[in-house]
Amino acid sequence: MAGKLKIRVDQDKCQGHARCKSLAPELFDLDEFGNAHEVGDGSVPAGLEDKAWLAQSNCPEIAIEVTEE
Amino acid sequence: MSDSASIMPEHPPVADWINDFDHTDPTWTENPFPIWEKLRAASPVVHTERFLGCYMPTTYQAVKEIAYDTEHFSSRRVIVRDVRPEITARAPPITSDPPEHKPAKQLLLPPFTPDAMKKLEPRVRAICNELIDEFIVDGKCDAAARYTKHVPVRAIAHMLGIPEKDGDLFIKWIHGILELGIKDDNALMEAVREMTGYFAGHLEQRKKHPTDDLISTLMKAKDKDGNPLADEHVLGSLRLLLIAGIDTTWSAIGSSLWHLAKTPADRERLVKEPELMPLAVEELLRAYSPVTMAREVMKETTISGCPVKPGNMVLLSFPAANRDPAMFPDADRVVIDRKENRHAAFGLGIHRCVGSNLARMEMTVAIEEWLKRIPDFRLDPAGKVTWSEGTVRGPRQLPLLFGKAN
Repeated sequence: MAGKLKIRVDQDKCQGHARCKSLAPELFDLDEFGNAHEVGDGSVPAGLEDKAWLAQSNCPEIAIEVTEE
Repeated sequence: MSDSASIMPEHPPVADWINDFDHTDPTWTENPFPIWEKLRAASPVVHTERFLGCYMPTTYQAVKEIAYDTEHFSSRRVIVRDVRPEITARAPPITSDPPEHKPAKQLLLPPFTPDAMKKLEPRVRAICNELIDEFIVDGKCDAAARYTKHVPVRAIAHMLGIPEKDGDLFIKWIHGILELGIKDDNALMEAVREMTGYFAGHLEQRKKHPTDDLISTLMKAKDKDGNPLADEHVLGSLRLLLIAGIDTTWSAIGSSLWHLAKTPADRERLVKEPELMPLAVEELLRAYSPVTMAREVMKETTISGCPVKPGNMVLLSFPAANRDPAMFPDADRVVIDRKENRHAAFGLGIHRCVGSNLARMEMTVAIEEWLKRIPDFRLDPAGKVTWSEGTVRGPRQLPLLFGKAN
């Protein structure tokens, strides 16, 4: 069994494509400019792991980091 | 639009694509994909003496390196053309480099967030249905002329607060700038002049009677020092929003319907599984990306190991990057539910398309409403599909027949 996932959006890399928000709205929020950041401390609730990886693998700027704790 | 192509100065036909490419050649306009494959097999960066010297990155990696490198590559010219006249009409932020780029871009971002687009969505659904009402009883239509063109024209007119009925003017200017302008500087300058005059009139009206549309938002915006924007900046950004907001999405919706017309399996799947739409829209954006951008080389450097020298332009083909098999398995096949899709249809790096959320919403809504009312359709064998030339690629005639084939 894999550990708990944590996500982080690199603010220097994010350009606001908003693919993560579309694919995993529970895990990402957008600011007033449309740039993304992780919800809360980036902990991925159980059951949303696939969405975290899906968002990560669709970010055109490779701005999303997913780590296993 | 193809009728006016005949008055353009002719380029000699291309015999050697690898050393003499030309993105305005009719072979490219008709079907660029095999050409890109050939160029990619030759080198990650190819060069032509046409357009006063121009490179083209052919791989996703090379496109990405250039898009991220604002030190060696400038955005001051964003269209590859036969001429390189002195720069007069800027359109911030698309023609801006750092450090001017960021403040100009941030002014435009808030009105185009996904949340802002949700508010516009009901109006776009209504526009789509009004358009379909006009031709559905005919059992056929030229979807490029009757449908895909009008969705973005009406949506951007609605946002800017300008009359939807001026759409034909907008289309004429855009054709002058994006297509004729590649080879005919007078056509481009004339279109820029007319657009500027048009928007200047709207600015004057709003100085007397402010409105709550995007033009007034820009007029009220402050620069980083707290001063109002110069009229020239506002006019440049308005030209950008109109130019960038119409041909592009017209093309993306058109290519999507073209694909669905000739691919019954994908069409039937989307009708049965509408929840696939978000993935389908991204895949259609990848496979038929409409927009090719440009950069100007400012300093010598290397891209994917290839030397690149100043004095040349760069044809920054996001569409070709999106067909690179090193990045996308089965790159030349539309996989309607493709899961991993880091496509670059809206660019990469700081110049990410400011209207990407608008374009996605328009595409989604235009395809959804079409499929609800016309679930079965096919290319009309009596007609001919034609494609726009140069910077933005999409169907400009798209004759479709409705209903199941007999």
